[in-house]
Amino acid sequence: MGLLSDPNRRRALISLLTRLNAPICVVCYMAGVAWFMGLAFEPFTLRTYMSENAMGSTMVEERFPAGERALGTGREFSAHKKKAGGMPVDWLVKTMQSRGLEVFTQRFSRRLPFPDEDKERYMVKGTNVYGILRAPRAPRTEALVLSAPCSPGDDNNQAVGVLLGLAQYFRNQVFWAKDIIFLVNEHDLIGMQAWLEGYHHTNTTGMDWSPLQGRGGSIQAALSLELSSDVVTSLDLVLEGLNGQLPNLDLANLFYAFCQKIGVLCTTQGKLQRNDWDSVSGYSHAVQTMMLMVMKQASGRPWGDHGLFLRYHIEAATIKGINSFRQYKTDATTIGRLLEGMYRKLNNLLERLHQSYFFYLMPSLSHFVSIGYYMPAFGLLALILLLRALDLWIQLATPPPRTEDGVADAEQMSSPGVLSVLTPLVISHLTGVALYTLPIHFQEIAVEHFPVSETEAVVLTAIAVYTAGLALPHNTHRLLTGRGTENGWKVLKLVAVLYLAVLLGCTALINFSLGFILALTLVPVAAFVTPDVPKALSAFIMVILSPACTLLFSVFLFQELQEMPVSFLDGWMLYLSVISQGILDHALYGSLVYPLVALLVYPCWLLFWNILFWK
Amino acid sequence: IIFYIFSTLYFQLSFSPLVPQENAGQFFSSGHTNNWAVLVCTSRFWFNYRHVANTLSVYRSVKRLGIPDSHIVLMLADDMACNHRNPKPATVFSHKNMELNVYGDDVEVDYRGYEVTVENFLRVLTGRLPPSTPRSKRLLSDDRSNILIYLTGHGGNGFLKFQDSEEISNVELADAFEQMWQKRRYNELLFIIDTCQGASMYERFYSPNLMALASSQVGEDSLSHQPDLAIGVHLMDRYTFYLLEFLEDIHPSSKANMNDLFKVCPKSQCVSTPGHRTDLFLRDPGSALITDFFGSVRKVEITMETINLTEPIQQRQKETYSYVDQLPVSEIIHQKPKQKDWHPPDGFILGLWTLILLVFFKTYGMKHLKHIF
Repeated sequence: MGLLSDPNRRRALISLLTRLNAPICVVCYMAGVAWFMGLAFEPFTLRTYMSENAMGSTMVEERFPAGERALGTGREFSAHKKKAGGMPVDWLVKTMQSRGLEVFTQRFSRRLPFPDEDKERYMVKGTNVYGILRAPRAPRTEALVLSAPCSPGDDNNQAVGVLLGLAQYFRNQVFWAKDIIFLVNEHDLIGMQAWLEGYHHTNTTGMDWSPLQGRGGSIQAALSLELSSDVVTSLDLVLEGLNGQLPNLDLANLFYAFCQKIGVLCTTQGKLQRNDWDSVSGYSHAVQTMMLMVMKQASGRPWGDHGLFLRYHIEAATIKGINSFRQYKTDATTIGRLLEGMYRKLNNLLERLHQSYFFYLMPSLSHFVSIGYYMPAFGLLALILLLRALDLWIQLATPPPRTEDGVADAEQMSSPGVLSVLTPLVISHLTGVALYTLPIHFQEIAVEHFPVSETEAVVLTAIAVYTAGLALPHNTHRLLTGRGTENGWKVLKLVAVLYLAVLLGCTALINFSLGFILALTLVPVAAFVTPDVPKALSAFIMVILSPACTLLFSVFLFQELQEMPVSFLDGWMLYLSVISQGILDHALYGSLVYPLVALLVYPCWLLFWNILFWK
Repeated sequence: IIFYIFSTLYFQLSFSPLVPQENAGQFFSSGHTNNWAVLVCTSRFWFNYRHVANTLSVYRSVKRLGIPDSHIVLMLADDMACNHRNPKPATVFSHKNMELNVYGDDVEVDYRGYEVTVENFLRVLTGRLPPSTPRSKRLLSDDRSNILIYLTGHGGNGFLKFQDSEEISNVELADAFEQMWQKRRYNELLFIIDTCQGASMYERFYSPNLMALASSQVGEDSLSHQPDLAIGVHLMDRYTFYLLEFLEDIHPSSKANMNDLFKVCPKSQCVSTPGHRTDLFLRDPGSALITDFFGSVRKVEITMETINLTEPIQQRQKETYSYVDQLPVSEIIHQKPKQKDWHPPDGFILGLWTLILLVFFKTYGMKHLKHIF
């Protein structure tokens, strides 16, 4: 007979599975973590290369001459910005028009659900100004975007200056096959969201904006420029966008190729590349760079103005100029040349960038790990959940050993009612819904009764609802009619484990970093929690491994990786602001991390908490 | 041998005062009376600029050496001169520093853009065009025409890619030439191809009077020559670049022959190994002049005497063949023996055997495995 239909063989397999389940789970977990850490090891990565044939090599002659003039324009912009106390709309319109662009403005306004304390805004009103350089001979079917944010204070003046300088230079060239849109957006991401929604005629976030008078065709690629000093020592490439979406790797390859050609120092995650991959410090440097990317991607927020383009399938990246203490400085002309080269190459594109990878991790700018290489790390963790589910299924299917008392047997063999499984499920999800809706809805009431600001009210309500959920199991059991049966918790755990597996699997597909980080903490919880483990210790461990504490540790780890370690108190304040930013991101741009955690991950964790306290 | 005597006679005659009546026969005894050229660029898109530049360079040389536009069928799959990305509109350069604009003022493109397809190319060669096709799009050659066929684009082992959507195989091309032979559409044909693995395209020829040149052997890539940073693309392929350089030195009365053409672009310059095939060519390649194919040279002898052409001209061909056996093709062709590569067994057979094995083991159980291993 076959392997699985032969009852002897089957019993042998099943006993193997049940006996070795825990060791296999542990081995899988270690293997998953080791695989992930091994991704940064250079021999396991691939060098980046240009995949798009139409873009070819860096075979252009960059001739942008006017770096100093661009800086002068930037200084003018800064003066007018100070005078206008915001975006100097009229001056920008006049300047862009004098450079031969078709200039349009867009007004937008938005009331945030609660004040944003990081950026100090609540009722946001602004104007975007953009100028379109029409391609001299081409039909207006495709466009490229170059944008610079108009930031309050002294930031990003040089970026706007370089943008205007490039606009003037590009206007004199005849070889543009796509329209180029030069955009200066106010209130960074909110303005960008308004512009993109207006451009694509969508309204997903409930913002108020005036319709765009001028359009340029479907956008093929976009670059956002952040430059706050006259000279830079290095250029940093920021790739992570909304919901952890990344642009096509070819955009990063293009940037890196031009950096090498022009001789500018280029970094990603703000970390320089190192050549000594075989030494411990070299490897740990690569691991740090990769971990930074993983954490930024997991947070689901756009880390530059480019992050919002990705949702519309427009490949976009942000280039930040960094001025640190280094001898070799790059001036604005060179930056202009680099951008000119990149735009000339993007001009040659015939289709959207699609030849290279959309899912990847970069331990450095010249090496990458594609989805085929990093997914097994997550797969090993998901395997643990499946093994556990199989184990529970087997336990539920085998009848319990007979006892002397026939009556007790019959009682024990009765299957647990649907109610005993459904109730914890429903209640956990209701708690999740509460976590999602209560903080914002009840902020006025909280502000009335407690001496806190709205933002703090929101965050503290969220934390309060979260900890209230911890008290649930003691209350759920009072509601249940009859006591929970012996097998009841097994059924609940089976459902919960499968639910977690599906949830984490779907999350990892869309945002691998988020899925992996959640899996790292939740899978051990899911695998080993039963009502029989010592309650106090495992309750403590479960709370440590819950999503909220994972976030807390991530905040500290993130600060460590950026070489700006914080004290505990500062870290706690940072943590609170991270929660508020997460809620705001969801309200403003449609980030999915907050609803995912509140509505799906947290209830799943609560189910396991229920199992722990099963009576 | 006969031909050798003829050629020495011819040379003697050119140095001795002509006795027109007796030598009129020899005067009209060259093989061809008119020249045609079919120049095809098969790739489109801006980054394939060099293929259009290749074709236009050969067009320029061929026109300069005398073939008129009415006898040239030029097929360009894309318009580089008016491409939006061209920083120098209305020009196609073949050399960096923009020395030579091969687009010029009087380029006459017969098949343009999407009209360049395998079907149209084969119809042009075989003459099977719909009646409404204008003369400029037809190859109106006869049995005394020498035809130059130049193909360039992206190719591989045994095929040439047309327009990113279809291919022509070497077998199709060989059959097309055989059709041309049977319909007496050419006297002699020179086939030049500048693509990767170009030599595979002339492997299958079996019609007589064909000579073929390719820019690279099977397994080699043809490389491009230089990029031009101002325009942003590679301007030409190496083989055609050196071919153009060679042809620039040829003038209509030049006596350079095919052996010189075979020496164009040695491996040191081309990186790939150019190849040629002359076994189907009945004449000695050394006696075939470059201008026999690339130019339209009219033999002109000025005489002050009147000539009475009363005698019928003695033709060079001695026997008349019946239609099919014009030339005993099987005696002429020396095909290279095909290497029989070992191919793994067909997928179907493998699948069938796997199925049989699976069924066997399913029915009888795994314990039989022990008996086998």
